[in-house]
Amino acid sequence: MIEMKDLRKDFTVRVKTGRLRRAKRTVSAVDGVNLTIEPGEMVGYIGPNGAGKSTTLKMLTGILTPSGGMVSVCGLEPVPQRTRLALQIGVVFGQRSQLWWDLPLHESFQLLRHIYRVPAADHAARLRRCRSLLDLDDFLDTPVRQLSLGQRMRGELTAALLHGPRVLFLDEPTIGLDVVSKQAVRSFLAELGEGGTVTLVLTTHDLADIERLCRRLVVIDHGQVVHDGTIEALHARYGSRRSLVVDLDAPLAPGFELPGASVTAVEADGHRVTFALDTVSAGAAVAALVGAASVRDLSVVEPDIEDVVARLYAGPVRDAP
Amino acid sequence: MGELRAYAALMAGQFRAMASYRASFVVELVSNVGGTALDVGTVFVLFRAGRVVGGFTLAEAILMASITAAGFVLADFAVGNVDRLTTYVRAGTLDAVLVRPLGVLPQLLLMDLPVRKALRVAIGVGMLGLGIRLNHIHWTPGRGLLIVVAPVAAAVFFGAIFVLSASLSFWWVDSGEIGNGFTYGGRDFTSYPITVYGGWFRAIFAYALGFGFVAYQPALALLGRADPLGVPARAGYLSPLVALLVAAIAAVVWRAGVRHYRSTGS
Repeated sequence: MIEMKDLRKDFTVRVKTGRLRRAKRTVSAVDGVNLTIEPGEMVGYIGPNGAGKSTTLKMLTGILTPSGGMVSVCGLEPVPQRTRLALQIGVVFGQRSQLWWDLPLHESFQLLRHIYRVPAADHAARLRRCRSLLDLDDFLDTPVRQLSLGQRMRGELTAALLHGPRVLFLDEPTIGLDVVSKQAVRSFLAELGEGGTVTLVLTTHDLADIERLCRRLVVIDHGQVVHDGTIEALHARYGSRRSLVVDLDAPLAPGFELPGASVTAVEADGHRVTFALDTVSAGAAVAALVGAASVRDLSVVEPDIEDVVARLYAGPVRDAP
Repeated sequence: MGELRAYAALMAGQFRAMASYRASFVVELVSNVGGTALDVGTVFVLFRAGRVVGGFTLAEAILMASITAAGFVLADFAVGNVDRLTTYVRAGTLDAVLVRPLGVLPQLLLMDLPVRKALRVAIGVGMLGLGIRLNHIHWTPGRGLLIVVAPVAAAVFFGAIFVLSASLSFWWVDSGEIGNGFTYGGRDFTSYPITVYGGWFRAIFAYALGFGFVAYQPALALLGRADPLGVPARAGYLSPLVALLVAAIAAVVWRAGVRHYRSTGS
């Protein structure tokens, strides 16, 4: 569905070096990305600011011309076949509106029907589905400029889907949204993905989006892919472990050891102990603990993806070109 | 066919959007009228200096100015909006235009309807009528055709210049003034008989850049006058060819510009 081979995008920036002198410097925003995305996949594309996420997305959608390498979406070459590709893809930019600012939302949808030449029946069916799933009815008649960000984003999602795209690109779709709107957007996308007919590529800074939606996670940094796989694979690779937090009636005996686990924190005068589960299963660890101490309460904590990603971003520092 | 309907729908949508700002529309409509009349008016001022300027009478000069005026207002009406490109490039909002299955240029032109410029078109065409009335043109079928073709060719020519100068903002975001130099400067150049200009300046603008074929040469052909500069009178009939050539160049530069678009960080 999507293929990138050694994809690059260089920008020339002019840097002031003296009073009048300027030096040209080439910056690679995307530096040799290789990715293949199969139909129906939901891929999270993450990376720190300036890592090249948006630039990649813009090359996939035909906005930017690659400086090198190969890119193909739905079997089309994005820039030369831009208008044909546009009929096959949907694009949501969190920070750029696709809607008509001065028109009521439903008129934007009507205009899009003409622009994408969608048969009236298909258009009506898709709109009906979005209206019920995204609760659009309250503000369909409101001019877009008067919508709240959450309302507008729901409108943008609908607008991107009315022509039945095979691939949906989302650039930070939950940016700036409140918790409720984020949930609404996520569950809508989850439902969309379950159908398996739409391929979904999503960039975000909110890792909860990824955990909820994407089986596959691609991490990009300095224009290069540094991880491509499941979230579990990312945890395994960076050694993040589940933890067991135990509240005790009395502190553990000095020298106590739990096989296959290590103590990472002791709080409240020894009444709360956190173990990292290195090799032991949670069940075995709990059984061993209950036998050895008087346990009042316990909980198993999943590894925090934010921590892993933060370590990843901070990780191998490359020299600037 | 489906594409044309898409553009029609876009235009209708813009009409409805505009209707939400009715008062400002009327103000702009009226304030737009002044400029065009003034342009032809400056020719009168020039002729206060002498009855004949550059070897041409006032009436003949008005014919040239009016072909320019008619062509320019038509071009401004049709593609003048393209000068907004700078704003879209700077803000990166051209992204939204590029992900739609329609041409970039037509979409940009339809972002804002030039209804407010409609009055100017009427005035420009009126000026052309005046230019014809003031001269005793010996009508032939060829000249009858030329009086229609010449303003349209002038419009294509100026339209191409509009697109060319707007394209510059794909490379230099702050190119507005350079572009205006060519569009408005070009209009002023062709409003007068080119004989009033000096040697190298005239050679570059009139012949190398083609501005002499916008109004001057067609006017000579209409009047049946020999060119004091020695170009055959029939050269006036070449104006549509020159216009198409410039339009072709503009199309190539525009395409290159769209490919060069850098968007903005988000």
